[in-house]
Amino acid sequence: MAAVRELVRDRQPTASRVRVRLRGSDHLSGWAFVTPATVLIAIFGLLPIGWSLLLSFQQSDLLTPSTPWVGTANYRRLMHDHTFAVSVQHTIVYTALFVPATMIVGVLIAVALNRNIRGISLYRTAAYVTMAVSTINAAIIFMWLFEPSFGVVNRALGWVGIPAQLWLSNPDQALYVIVAMTVWGWTGFAVVVYLAALQGVPQELYDAAAIDGAGRFASFRTITIPLLSPASLFLAIWLTISALQLFDEVYLTTRGGPLHATSVVVYYLWDQAFNQFDAGYAAAAAYVLFMATLVITYLQFRLGDRYAHYRR
Amino acid sequence: MNADVTTTAAEVASLPRRSLSRFRPSPWHLVLIPITFVLLVPLLWMLATSLETEAETHRFPPVLVPRSLQWHNYADAWRAAPFGSFLVNSLIVSVLTVISTLVLCSLAGYAFARVRFAGRGLLFIVLMATLMVPFQVTMIPEFLIVKWLGLHVWTQLGIDHLGALIVPNLVTAFGIFFLRQFFLTIPIELEEAARMDGTSRLGVLIKIVLPLSLPALATLAVITFLDSWNSFLWPLIVVNSEPRMTLPLGLTTFQGAHNTQWSLLMAANVVSLLPMLVVFFAAQRYFVRSVAGTGLKG
Repeated sequence: MAAVRELVRDRQPTASRVRVRLRGSDHLSGWAFVTPATVLIAIFGLLPIGWSLLLSFQQSDLLTPSTPWVGTANYRRLMHDHTFAVSVQHTIVYTALFVPATMIVGVLIAVALNRNIRGISLYRTAAYVTMAVSTINAAIIFMWLFEPSFGVVNRALGWVGIPAQLWLSNPDQALYVIVAMTVWGWTGFAVVVYLAALQGVPQELYDAAAIDGAGRFASFRTITIPLLSPASLFLAIWLTISALQLFDEVYLTTRGGPLHATSVVVYYLWDQAFNQFDAGYAAAAAYVLFMATLVITYLQFRLGDRYAHYRR
Repeated sequence: MNADVTTTAAEVASLPRRSLSRFRPSPWHLVLIPITFVLLVPLLWMLATSLETEAETHRFPPVLVPRSLQWHNYADAWRAAPFGSFLVNSLIVSVLTVISTLVLCSLAGYAFARVRFAGRGLLFIVLMATLMVPFQVTMIPEFLIVKWLGLHVWTQLGIDHLGALIVPNLVTAFGIFFLRQFFLTIPIELEEAARMDGTSRLGVLIKIVLPLSLPALATLAVITFLDSWNSFLWPLIVVNSEPRMTLPLGLTTFQGAHNTQWSLLMAANVVSLLPMLVVFFAAQRYFVRSVAGTGLKG
């Protein structure tokens, strides 16, 4: 390294000389560097996008090589599929609960953690640790916490005289238990994002607000929330995309049941493709999800640009 | 400050400001301790259950601290399912995925950052466009492609083979983007000087750029490892037999078979969580940077 720096100092090349020297092998070395990655992404990333679109107009059972064209039949079938409609509805309810809940929990904990007191790094580590817990680990833990007969949640409710609930076995409660476990699992992520954003908020703003007589809550509402809006926009988009793709927790805890109460779009399309072997139909559902994700993300960006406060 | 006027210099010296805060702990501890407790309860509960007897897990009121620690639960869980092979499979898949991602994304990311070649702009946009497509859209054709490759190209790489878990994930568009952004921040003069000396492009990348990019490489390694280790849907689709299962998948079959033996299930859960916790504590700042940095700026 030192030798390199020496070189830079010794002979500062003019820009044009460098450009001439570097031109020769650029196309060759450039393509040599990107070809392995390009080939892999073309096969496993690009090709499947087009293929999936084709599949959505075909009938395929994943086994027989012949995949007859069925036109828009798969899409028309989706529109009249009651289970798909229910799955869309559950996905919307789940997203509408999970995203705001995670953001509120995240911002409150981040604000509490954004101070220099003894032991703060221990508190922060504890808040971050859920990032290391996989969806499957979290789902297994929460199945045990919410177990009807011996789970700690029902036992705690029993202490205060509330009768035991069925939770994941109750169609009216199962989706909310899944919301709880995923909010817990994403708390670490939300806290890290908000804490990073909070550290960019200058203390002088709070001092000035305090001089003007603003209380804690007033300065939280008028300073913290607006200055965190870019982080909030990022989190809203990121969490929404992940919420629309909910699968692991549903697969592990309820398999979409009881009575389809937790069937969500990705669970439904996985089931159609790999259990019912109706891959064309599943591909159509996947494309509907893709388009919905694009539209929702676009709307979030537009709304966010209008309301998010960017410092220049 | 006014108070200082009335105190003598000696008194001030004997009472440095720092020591005051030591005697008066911040009231925020009263907020942070309950928050931390609530966040950690699920993990502590898992740990406690994993060390209880089956009878203790059924007792009411709950046994908060098991009377005698049942370490044999771990041995029993280990014997009840081939966790050794799940662990080895997960390690093979994750480690190979991380190594290959670092190598291929470094090469491509460097070319997109520094090398001018025909079609660079267009190729970059096309590769990055794949980032917008959810995995659920591509997974069905990906399954068919891996199956076809297994039948026609390389018979070792079929469905239900570790290769099916590794090959589609050898490189990520995100990794290319992430490293390209970092390489762009390195002063170009260093590379130009080496180029003037006749060092090849590859030489510049290996000797100059990569040593300066260790934090970015570490962050990408952590993100990739986390993704690979916790990956569930793709292994669920392509793996059918127990000897090929990775940890998350193995855990679900174990859960199906041992639903009522919660202490064994929790012991198995702890075992599968430990490697991630080790990585987390060893690389916490890269975890934090991966989220706080790439998330917001990327």
